[in-house]
Amino acid sequence: MLALDFAFLTPAVVSSYVLKGFVFSLQLTFIAMLGGIALGTVLALMRLSSKSWLIAAGRRLREHHAQHPAGDGDPLVLPAHPAGSIGRPLGAEYVGHHHLHPVRGGVLLSEIMRAGIQSIPRGQVFAGQALGMTYAQNMRLVVLPQAFRNMLPVLLTQTIILFQDTSLVYAIGAYDLLKGFEVAGKNFNRPVETYLVAAVLYFSISFSLSMLVRKLQQRIAIVR
Amino acid sequence: MSTWDWQVFCKDTIDGEIVPRCFGSAGDVTYLDWLLSAWGWTLSVSLLALLVALAFGSLMGILRTTPRRGLVLLGNAWTELFRNIPLLVQIFLWYHVVPALIPPLRGVPSFILVVLGLGLFTSARISEQVKAGIQSLPRGQRMAGLAMGFTLPQTYRYVLLPMAFRIVIPPLTSEAMNIVKNSAVAFAVSISELTLFALQAQEETARGIEIYLAVTGLYFITAFAINRVLHFIEQRVRVPGMIGGGH
Repeated sequence: MLALDFAFLTPAVVSSYVLKGFVFSLQLTFIAMLGGIALGTVLALMRLSSKSWLIAAGRRLREHHAQHPAGDGDPLVLPAHPAGSIGRPLGAEYVGHHHLHPVRGGVLLSEIMRAGIQSIPRGQVFAGQALGMTYAQNMRLVVLPQAFRNMLPVLLTQTIILFQDTSLVYAIGAYDLLKGFEVAGKNFNRPVETYLVAAVLYFSISFSLSMLVRKLQQRIAIVR
Repeated sequence: MSTWDWQVFCKDTIDGEIVPRCFGSAGDVTYLDWLLSAWGWTLSVSLLALLVALAFGSLMGILRTTPRRGLVLLGNAWTELFRNIPLLVQIFLWYHVVPALIPPLRGVPSFILVVLGLGLFTSARISEQVKAGIQSLPRGQRMAGLAMGFTLPQTYRYVLLPMAFRIVIPPLTSEAMNIVKNSAVAFAVSISELTLFALQAQEETARGIEIYLAVTGLYFITAFAINRVLHFIEQRVRVPGMIGGGH
């Protein structure tokens, strides 16, 4: 039995190795989520619009990314854009942001947003029209606020999953939370302990957040 | 696309000479040979992990619907544990931590560890789907089974599970496709599967576009084949008179 020794994980070590990666993971999660929500909403609106060419364009983009085996959480998609990673030292992070997450996240989120928009009773749309609102006003002031509210628990759950998926940027050498632990483990020759702590940290963050989302879901359910 | 060079797959991996007919002989290995063997590793990891995931996922999903609180707790704890840790971290745990903590596992090849890691990670998701499938059945079915004098295991075997599994085939299909795509993380612990092949072959040949196109195509073919097989099963086991096997 191997003796575990966590003594080397002093606050100074944690802040110098892990904190930087943690901040990067959080940044990546939020940027990807915001980009994904924006793109997903646009895609959902395209899908639900009355213009047939918009529907077709939206469907094509969605199906391309949803069925693409490499597009779903697979690190493979990253090196497939070699042009993006050449040059600056920030290459890996740059490709991570802009090629992996928002597009595939947007495709996933467009389905969620579509469900949210379609869950709004038709009467709401008719009421908006009866008040003389244009299509854009109707969407912005009546439909989308309710859709976002309905889908809030799902969006937050998706954010938690996304936070876990950010660990995949390891594949392209970006310095995220997992990489921080790995480097610390290598430098102090204590990989077992650092991986254990990483697992516990990821677990407690994801688990407590999903508990919070469950609470929120119950509260929203009571209101309606 | 005159700059593409598909002959790269015919090159010998040692001296870079183009081998006639593209397959190496007498111990020589071309990139095409390597690609196919990498595909074999991806298939083996995925399919074995799928077996592990189906076995444990179904068991845990069933436990979560039993009337016994202890079993429900066990199933819930299992699901939360494997669902809330990122896959890559779990793979590292199996590869670095588990053999260090449990000495008998020290000699186990990393292939087995990756299969276990990927399988148990996916089992949490399958347990969630199996549970949802069982709960989607009307409560009366369980009661009817018990009232007929079936024991609880018999009720599951003959009444609940045959319908529940038919209902969850579509989500299981996408989970099976996910396992193929997720098997790419096995490269992180040096399993010689497609992603590792792509990374290394691209380094050696500087022909990233051709390599990645081929690898992407193989992933697509694999995932799509699994999709078709499960779709076929879904059609074959459909209960007449019921749409989609369900209601």
